[in-house]
Amino acid sequence: MSANQALIAYTLRLADNALILAQRMVELVAAEPELEEELANANFALDFIGQARMFYTYAGELEGQGRSEDDFAFMRDEREFGNLLLLEQPNGHFGDALVRQFLFEAFYLHLLEALMRCSDQRLCEIAARAIKEVKYHFRHSSHWLVRLGDGTELSHNRAQTSLDDAWRYTGEMFTADEIDTAMQENFDGPDLASIHELWRRDIATVVVEATLQLPDDQWMASGGKQGRHSEHLGFLLAEMQYLQRSFPGATW
Amino acid sequence: MSKQEWPLYEVFVRSKAGLSHRHAGSVHAPDDQMALDHARDAYTRRSEGVSLWVVRSDSIVASDPAETSAFFEPAKDKIYRHPTFYEIPDGVKNL
Repeated sequence: MSANQALIAYTLRLADNALILAQRMVELVAAEPELEEELANANFALDFIGQARMFYTYAGELEGQGRSEDDFAFMRDEREFGNLLLLEQPNGHFGDALVRQFLFEAFYLHLLEALMRCSDQRLCEIAARAIKEVKYHFRHSSHWLVRLGDGTELSHNRAQTSLDDAWRYTGEMFTADEIDTAMQENFDGPDLASIHELWRRDIATVVVEATLQLPDDQWMASGGKQGRHSEHLGFLLAEMQYLQRSFPGATW
Repeated sequence: MSKQEWPLYEVFVRSKAGLSHRHAGSVHAPDDQMALDHARDAYTRRSEGVSLWVVRSDSIVASDPAETSAFFEPAKDKIYRHPTFYEIPDGVKNL
């Protein structure tokens, strides 16, 4: 695999993470428990869609075959998506969705920080823009986790269960494959091992404040980055891609 | 589970450095910190501000509408309290 191919694949993974998470959050629009949280969720989803657009557009330029952001988002099949398994998991209840945000954003924050120092100018710029949004997202999800964990007995137990359930999807974030390695070697890309330590430190701080327990390390699911997804992604894509598949090129 | 309303907070936004905070509206939130988060998400989405204050609505001491006449009407006929006899120099903004 050439350095350019690795860069394209890597950029598409970044885009897929942002898009698939955004699509899950969009499912919660008009379904949040409070008006204020409704606004926050929709804002955050739009932030992620904005990031996905920047990454897709860049991937298309690198590839040089005229594929647009919409082509990547709506005209690829499940196996071509490289998003993390964590992000495609169904929303569940408020605590489940929140823990998913929290675990991913703690990781994404450090990933973007590392990308700001990589040798690819364009990724640096996108990361510098995205990190401001994600810093706030993480602050918000941390606040919520503390309130659920340190809230009532019911909210505490539910938050702990959400954390335990999501934990098996976190290993994949830090397992480097050939694309991660190529990105690191050729473009000074993120070092996932050191991000793992920072991530653990950051989430441990919040989890302790939330009076919750960090789950024990256990069997970890993997495959999302390589396109081997859980059964949930197909349904998500079916809904998200329906319009463009039925009416290719439709605009309004 | 009982459905309890979150307390109400009043939101004040400073639109740019040098100006004062102005009342923008209100949000519900479970506590002070979340009130600030909610105010940010509800009232500064379109770059309306550079600084935010939130305060519990029940912490605000308000004048009583029934006392409006005693409170405010005596000022109505004191025209000499208005600085209307000065020229405002050109170029003074935000006055």
